[in-house]
Amino acid sequence: MKFTLGWLKQHLDTDADLERIASTMTMLGLEVESIVDPAKNLQPFTVAHVISAEQHPDADRLRVCKVDTGKEILQVVCGAPNARAGMKGVFAPVGTTIPGTGLLLKPSKIRGQESNGMLCSARELQLGEDHDGIIDLPADTPVGVPVADVLGANDPVIEIKITPNRGDCLGVRGIARDLTAAGLGVLKPEPKAESTAAFKSPIAWRRSFSAETSDACPVVAGRYFRGLRNGPSPEWLQNRLKAIGLRPISALVDVTNFFTFDLNRPLHVFDAGKIKGDLTMRLARSGETVMALDGRTYELDGEMTVIADEQGVQAIGGIMGGEISGCSDQTTEMFLEAAYFDPIRTATTGRKLGIQSDARYRFERGIDPHSCISGVEAATRLILELCGGEASDIVQAGDVPADDRVYQLRLSRIPGLAGFDVDSGESKRILQALGFDVSGDGSTWQVAPPSWRPDIIGEADLVEEVVRVHGYDSIPSVPMPRIAAVTTPARTIQQRRPGHARRALAARGLVEAVTWSFMAGKDAALFAPVDDAMRLANPMSADLDVMRATIAPNLIDAAARNIARGMRDVALFEVGPQYAGNRPEDQATVAAGIRSGLAQPRQWTGGHRPVDAFDAKADIQAAVQALGMDPEQPQIDAKAAPGWYHPGRSGALRLGPQIIGWFGEIHPAILAHYRIEQPTVGFELFIDRVPMPKQARSGKARPPLKLLPLQPIERDFAFLVADDVTADAVVKAARAAERSLISRVAVFDLYAGKGVEPGRKSLAISVTIQPVGKTLTEAEIEAIAGKIVANVAKATGASLRG
Amino acid sequence: MDQVEQTRSEALKALGEASSLEALENVRVATLGKKGSLTGLLKQLGTLPVEERKTFGAKVNVVKAEFEQAIEARKASLQGAALDKKLAEERIDVTLPARPQPQGSIHPISQTIDEIVAIFGDMGFVWADGPDIEDDWHNFTALNIPPEHPARQMHDTFYLPPRADGTPMLLRTHTSPVQVRTMVGQKPPIRIIVPGRTFRMDSDITHTPMFHQVEGLVIDEASHMGHLKGCLQEFAKAYFEVSELPIRFRPSYFPFTEPSAEVDIGCSWQNGELRIGAGESWLEILGCGMVHPKVLEYCGVDSTRYQGFAFGMGIERIAMLKYGIPDLRTFFESDLRWLRHYGFGALDVPSLTGGLSR
Repeated sequence: MKFTLGWLKQHLDTDADLERIASTMTMLGLEVESIVDPAKNLQPFTVAHVISAEQHPDADRLRVCKVDTGKEILQVVCGAPNARAGMKGVFAPVGTTIPGTGLLLKPSKIRGQESNGMLCSARELQLGEDHDGIIDLPADTPVGVPVADVLGANDPVIEIKITPNRGDCLGVRGIARDLTAAGLGVLKPEPKAESTAAFKSPIAWRRSFSAETSDACPVVAGRYFRGLRNGPSPEWLQNRLKAIGLRPISALVDVTNFFTFDLNRPLHVFDAGKIKGDLTMRLARSGETVMALDGRTYELDGEMTVIADEQGVQAIGGIMGGEISGCSDQTTEMFLEAAYFDPIRTATTGRKLGIQSDARYRFERGIDPHSCISGVEAATRLILELCGGEASDIVQAGDVPADDRVYQLRLSRIPGLAGFDVDSGESKRILQALGFDVSGDGSTWQVAPPSWRPDIIGEADLVEEVVRVHGYDSIPSVPMPRIAAVTTPARTIQQRRPGHARRALAARGLVEAVTWSFMAGKDAALFAPVDDAMRLANPMSADLDVMRATIAPNLIDAAARNIARGMRDVALFEVGPQYAGNRPEDQATVAAGIRSGLAQPRQWTGGHRPVDAFDAKADIQAAVQALGMDPEQPQIDAKAAPGWYHPGRSGALRLGPQIIGWFGEIHPAILAHYRIEQPTVGFELFIDRVPMPKQARSGKARPPLKLLPLQPIERDFAFLVADDVTADAVVKAARAAERSLISRVAVFDLYAGKGVEPGRKSLAISVTIQPVGKTLTEAEIEAIAGKIVANVAKATGASLRG
Repeated sequence: MDQVEQTRSEALKALGEASSLEALENVRVATLGKKGSLTGLLKQLGTLPVEERKTFGAKVNVVKAEFEQAIEARKASLQGAALDKKLAEERIDVTLPARPQPQGSIHPISQTIDEIVAIFGDMGFVWADGPDIEDDWHNFTALNIPPEHPARQMHDTFYLPPRADGTPMLLRTHTSPVQVRTMVGQKPPIRIIVPGRTFRMDSDITHTPMFHQVEGLVIDEASHMGHLKGCLQEFAKAYFEVSELPIRFRPSYFPFTEPSAEVDIGCSWQNGELRIGAGESWLEILGCGMVHPKVLEYCGVDSTRYQGFAFGMGIERIAMLKYGIPDLRTFFESDLRWLRHYGFGALDVPSLTGGLSR
C-alpha cells in the first residue's frame, strides 16, 4: 500500500514528523517498507532557461545550448529533439548523480564541444516514463528555483506492508485512524454529504440471485450524473495518483482510483450513454464473455458475479469494468457504482481469470459493507467539483448484511495473554478510537467491532487491538519457568540416531549434503517405477516433479555435478527422508552416501586407489556401529541390493527377513545416464530399521569385562576354494570348528592367478584360539587345526594350499 | 718408569688410538685378556717376594680399575659416534606432506539445528517431528487457515494427488502441522521444538522450493507473550553468542496466532558487514504469537483452560546471519567447495556447557 505524507495529512491532523509517523506505523503492525522523498532525489536539480540552442558542428542530433541556471551561464550539449532557445527546463549541474541512470555528471567534451551539466528528461528524474525529450516547463517558471517545488514532487511517498487481516488499511483513512488511536493526532471529520438529487435516476439497480448465492453481492448503490465535462483531472489529483504509481486517465476514472486508495472504496463509472436498460447484479451464465478495461476478453463461468445490462455483461463484479461501457473524454452522462462483493467469490473469480486489480485486492480482503452509500456521496462531491453537471437520487438494491458481532472482553485476558496490564481507561479509549463500540463496566465488557474490521472475530482479537495500539514494547521479557532443575535430553534415544549416523559418517571423511526431497521423474523411473501418488500436481519444473523414493539419485546427481566442476574425488552423504507413499509411516529416515573417483588420492607414498564396494561397506558398517549395533551382526546378502547397484558388486545387510541397508558399486548404466565415467560406489542405511541397542532397552550397565589370563594363539591357514565360494562361508566354517575356543577368524589374503588353477582362488585366514581354563598342548592345538581344515573342506570343498 | 707404569701408559695409549668398537675390543683383549699385558703383570705376582706382593698387587689393581673405566668411557663415546653416523644416514625429508586424511563435514543446516535444540532443550523443550507429506487438515484447516485462504492456492503450495478417500495431500508449507499432531496426541503441558523440511513454490535469490523451519510450541495454563519474549530473547542471545541483544516485537498477522508478532533483533552494519547485537538497526528473524483459541479447539485442547505460544523461524536464515553465508540457494547445491567451506567438524557437537561453536 502506497500513499504520500500529504495524503495522510488530509485525514490526520498531527504535529508528528515523518520519522515518528513511520515508526508508529511499524509498531502498529503497518510495517513501513520504504519511504521515498522525491524532493531528496531532486535536491540538486533546478529550473534553467535555455538562452540559445545551436546545431552541434560535428553531430546531427546534438545541440549546443547556452543555459542560464540563475547563478551562471553554462554551455551544455543536449541530444533531446525538443531542446530549443527560450524554453525552461530542468538542469543538473556537474557533480550530480542522475537518479534514473545512476551516472555521475562530470565536465566533459562531446564531439569537441564542452558540456557542463545536463538538461533532464522525466525518466532521468524518475518522474515518469517520458524519455522522448527533456522536461519542458511552463514559460513563466522562475529560473534557479528547486525543481521539486515547481513539479509538486515534494511529498514523501510511503509504502507499507499490509497483513491480510488489515483490509481497512488499504485506504489512507484507515491508516490515519490507526495512527489516531496510537495517539499521533486527530482524525479529521469526513466532509458532510451536501449534494441533493437534481433528478430521478433513469437507471435502477436490480439483483438477481438465488437464496444460496445472494451473498455474492448483498448490496449495491449508484447514482446517475448528467451534464458532465470529462477530461484531465486537476494537477493535485494527478500528482496523488502518480506518486503511488498510477497513471492518470480522466477526471471520472481518476476519481474512482482516488477513492479506492483514499477510503478503501472501489468504485466504477459506466458511460451511461452506452448502457441499455437497468443494471443487474447476477452470476454470469457459463460461457458469457466480456472485454475488460485491460483490453482482454474473458470467458466467464456460473460462479462469477457480473454487472449486466440488457446487452450483456458490462463489468466483472469487484474485479474489473468492461471496455465497452467505460468512460471516455466524451462522456457526459455517467452512472456510478458502489457495491459490496463477497470476498471469497471475488478471490476465486480473480484467480480463475488471472486478473490482479486494486479492486479485487480490496474486495477479497473485505471492505466496509456500509461504504456503498457513503462512497457514492464522497465520489459525488468530487465529480461535481471536477466535471460540473448534476446528480440524480441515489439508487440502491439489496441491504447491508446484518453484523451481529459482539464479543465479551474480560479485562483480565489482557495481562493473561500479553503479560502486562493496560489501564482500563486506556483500553477503552483505544478500542473506541478504532471505532469499536464498548459497553459494560467492571471487569467484563461487551465490544462490537466496526463494520470495516471483518478480521475481528473474538476476544483474543480484542486483546490484540488493545495491546498492539498500546505498544508491543510494553511486553515484558519473562524467563520461562524451568521444568527440571537439571536439563533432561531434548531428544529421545530414537531421535538421536540420525545425528549419530551423521557424525560417524562425517568422521569417516564424508561431506554432508542436503539435497531436495524431490527429483526429476524421468530420472526416478531409472531407479524404480514412480508411484503416481508421489508425482507433484504442480511442480516448479520437470527437474523437481516427483518425491524421491530413494536418496541415491540425488547424491549421484550431486557427485556428477561436482565431477563436472573438476572436483573429481567425491565423498558425499545425506541423512534425510525418502518417501514410499503419502501416509506418515511411508516416510523413512535414511543415511545414504556416495564415493566416486579415488578413495585415496595420489600422493608421494603411493597407495592411491579407486573407490570400490568395500569403501561403501565400511561406510555403512560405520553408520550401523554408530547406531549401537555390532556391524558384523547383519548377514551380507549378495543378491538383495536393488537394481541401481552393480549386481555382482553389491550386497544388502540382512537381519532375518528384514533388510536394513545396502551398499556396492553403482550400476554402470546409471553412471552412464549421469555421465559419470569413474568408479562410483554408494550405500543406503534405513535408520528406523536398525534395532535399538540393548542399553537403550535395559539400562546403561555394560556386561562385565572378562579378561582371560591365558595368551591367545594365532594360526594361519591358506585354502584353495572354488571361485564362487564366499569368504563368509570359509570364515563361518572355521569358526564353527571349535566354537568355545576360537575367538576370531580374519581373512588376510586373497589370491588367484599364477600358481592357482583356474576357477579356484586362494583364501588365507588367521584363526585366533583363546585357551580357557588351562593352556593348550601342542597336540591339542594341532587337533583344533585339523578340525578347522576338515570343517572348511566339508562346508566349502576347500583344500589346504600346499 | 717401572713395569706397571709402562704397561699402564701403553694400554691407555692403545685405548686412545682405538677408533672403532672392534679396535677397542682388541685393545681390551690385549690388556685384560688371558694373554693381556695387565693380566701378565698379575700372573707375575706369584713370582714376587712376599713383602712386595701386596704393594705390587694393589698397584696393578688400581691400574686395572682405571683402565676398565677408561675402556667403558671410550666405548660409550665410540657407540655414540656410531649411532650419530647411523642416524645421519637415516635422515628423511620431513617437509614431505603427511599421508592425507580425508576430512568430512557436517552441513550448516544440521549444525544449526543441533545448536537450536541445545538451547531450547535447556529451556525444557523436547524434539517433535512429523511427516513432510501432509494432508490439508493438519497443514491448513486445523491451523485456522480456511479453504479460501490465499496460502492454500496452487501458487504457494505443492500438491500431490489426493488420497483414495479424497483427502487433499500436499508438502507441508511450514512445520506448524506438527503443533497440531502434538496437541491432538498428548495432553498439556507441552513444550516442543520442531525442526524440519518445509516446501513452498518459490524460487529466487531469497527463496528455494525446499527450506527448513523450526517451530516451537508451548501450551500450559499460564504462558503469555512475556514468556514468549523472554524465551526468544534468551534463545537469540545464546544462539548468536552475544552478551547483549535487544529484541523487538512488532504486531503482525498469522491465522494460527492471536495476538501475533514479528520479532526483530538488534544489529548494525559496519563497513558493509552485518553485526548482530545492540546497534542502530533491526533485523527480522521470526514470526510468533499466542496460539489462536480456534487452533486449540481444532486440536481438542480446552481453550478456556489452556493457552500458550508458538513461533517459527527459518533455519537457513539464522544460519546465514550467524555464519555469514550470503546466498540461500547454495545450501542445496551440494558443491563440495561450499560444503567444506561452510561445514562443521564431525566432533564439533554444539552444547551449552561446551560451547555452541568454536
